[in-house]
Amino acid sequence: MATVELKGVKKRFGSTDVIHGIDMEIADGEFIVIVGPSGCGKSTLLRMVAGLETITDGEIAINGSRVNEKEPMDRDIAMVFQNYALYPHMSVRQNMAYGLKIARVPKPEIERKVAEAAKLLQLEPYLDRKPRELSGGQRQRVAMGRAIVRQPAVFLFDEPLSNLDAKLRVQMRLEIRELQSKLGITSLYVTHDQVEAMTMADRMIVMNAGVAEQIGTPLEVYERPRTLFAGTFIGSPSMNTVPGRVAGGAVTLGNGAVIACSSRHDGPATVGIRPEHLHVDPDGPLEVEVTLTEPLGATTLLHGKLKGVEGVFTASLQGVHTKDSGTHTVRFSIPAEDIHLFDPATGLRLA
Amino acid sequence: MGAATKEPQAGMVEKRGSALWVTHALMILGVLVVFFPIWLAFVASTVTQPEIVSPPMPLLPGPHLVENYTRALFAGVNVPVATMLLNSLVMALGIAIGKIAISLISAFAIVYFRFPGRTTFFWMIFITLMLPVEVRIVPTYEVVAGFGLLNSYAGLIFPLIASATATFLFRQFFLTIPDELAEAARVDGARPMRFFIDIVLPMSRTNIAALFVILFIYGWNQYLWPLLITTDPEMNTIVMGIKQMFPSGDDTADWPVIMAASILAMIPPVIVVVSMQKLFIRGLVDSEK
Repeated sequence: MATVELKGVKKRFGSTDVIHGIDMEIADGEFIVIVGPSGCGKSTLLRMVAGLETITDGEIAINGSRVNEKEPMDRDIAMVFQNYALYPHMSVRQNMAYGLKIARVPKPEIERKVAEAAKLLQLEPYLDRKPRELSGGQRQRVAMGRAIVRQPAVFLFDEPLSNLDAKLRVQMRLEIRELQSKLGITSLYVTHDQVEAMTMADRMIVMNAGVAEQIGTPLEVYERPRTLFAGTFIGSPSMNTVPGRVAGGAVTLGNGAVIACSSRHDGPATVGIRPEHLHVDPDGPLEVEVTLTEPLGATTLLHGKLKGVEGVFTASLQGVHTKDSGTHTVRFSIPAEDIHLFDPATGLRLA
Repeated sequence: MGAATKEPQAGMVEKRGSALWVTHALMILGVLVVFFPIWLAFVASTVTQPEIVSPPMPLLPGPHLVENYTRALFAGVNVPVATMLLNSLVMALGIAIGKIAISLISAFAIVYFRFPGRTTFFWMIFITLMLPVEVRIVPTYEVVAGFGLLNSYAGLIFPLIASATATFLFRQFFLTIPDELAEAARVDGARPMRFFIDIVLPMSRTNIAALFVILFIYGWNQYLWPLLITTDPEMNTIVMGIKQMFPSGDDTADWPVIMAASILAMIPPVIVVVSMQKLFIRGLVDSEK
């Protein structure tokens, strides 16, 4: 049971700034996902909370008390690592009990806690096995078990699912979320997978190059991305961006097409259009030359080029649309409220 | 149909069989060549002195095994072989255990701690790899004599106890242990020495065993150093002691006893190798991760 506060947290490696000051307050029991491309500083931020990296500037507080100078073990946190980091020579039981053993918890209590965690994670049959005798998913569970038994104030997950295959990842994703809400422990979860971010987070931090581009609930980020980066990073397939000019409640794109929008802004803008918001409309303003069709079953992705504009343009349509294969032209329209406008210079969302 | 399928199989077995026999025969020949001198030593240790010196030398063991070995172990030539065996054992164990302990700790320091001059220290250790005992033997002798360590176990062990090779090997092994493991231990609350004892040591078990075998034999086979610093026969080690058993003047050498001592000198290393064989090979072949 704990809150976590980040106040102007900065990290510098030598003369390179890796994290440029992040402010955030995390409520008790919240599940926060830190998402971003590789190298954006998300793991570094998590490791700073864990105490594995020093904090160059700013303050991290757990439950209101500053932890900058504390060792990881004194911060009351538990961490699940990407490669599980299980001790190879110890059995599952010993792996889970190790932290408690060091904390000099009495033996019967260790036994009880390990048994409880093992039951929760369905690890009971494997307690006496070595990590190398377990499958990836089971190892992942042991790593979680090791975190759970200590009943920490904060869980930290560092890309815990990236070594699992796609199907198992979906299953473990649900298990982690379920477990976290059952235990009600404040959690920070780092991932580069935006699907994990969308499905698991209470709130997410979209990070790019050491800056928090947006902090908000998944739907907030999806529906009202604060920056162009947040808009293109979240959502799959990612948002199409087209340069344009806004005037009098309409956007004129680079190719002369005019689409209605609900903005009162006046001036140049980067227009963001999510592929799934496009509708096929023979009279629509967006004329797309489709060169590749990807049928996914439930949806079909059409890749091509917006006439007169450089760059790839993608549309996602419900159902199967394979009758027009090869290069062909499709016209789309888009509802005014689904248009996202960003300042071309700063990348910030325009009202 | 059964015959038809069997025939090529039989052919294959036959072919494989002949290849097997050839390689086997070669191997046996090789073993015989290597083993013959040892066999001769063993035969010589079971017969009497006149039988050895009168040609042709016997090739089959004689009836004096117990007698010769008892004489060697408890009387010897200058000093009982049992004493020399004990000296050798102390020296070899001291060197092996000491080397492993020191190099484990120094490798741990070099890999896991950031202190000023870390790489300098590593390279200094590495450079001493290039200096064998023989090169620095005169100054070493001077130092040991100055400390009054001649004719003592300490004098036998300490000059040989630091090992750049073992430090280097452990360093390489520690570098293969994932960083996340150290971090997990840190999150679990293990202080550095706790991490060393609970995680690093058990993980290096096979490497330690392999090194123990190598270093034990290295210590056991030391010749020049014990020869220099043990003037008292009571402190002789077995490998150099055998040489001391040869008479200096016109006396005849007591061959049965010398040969018995040689055979006895071989036994402890063999026991070490055989008993630790499994771990030894695992330590050399796979890194348990």
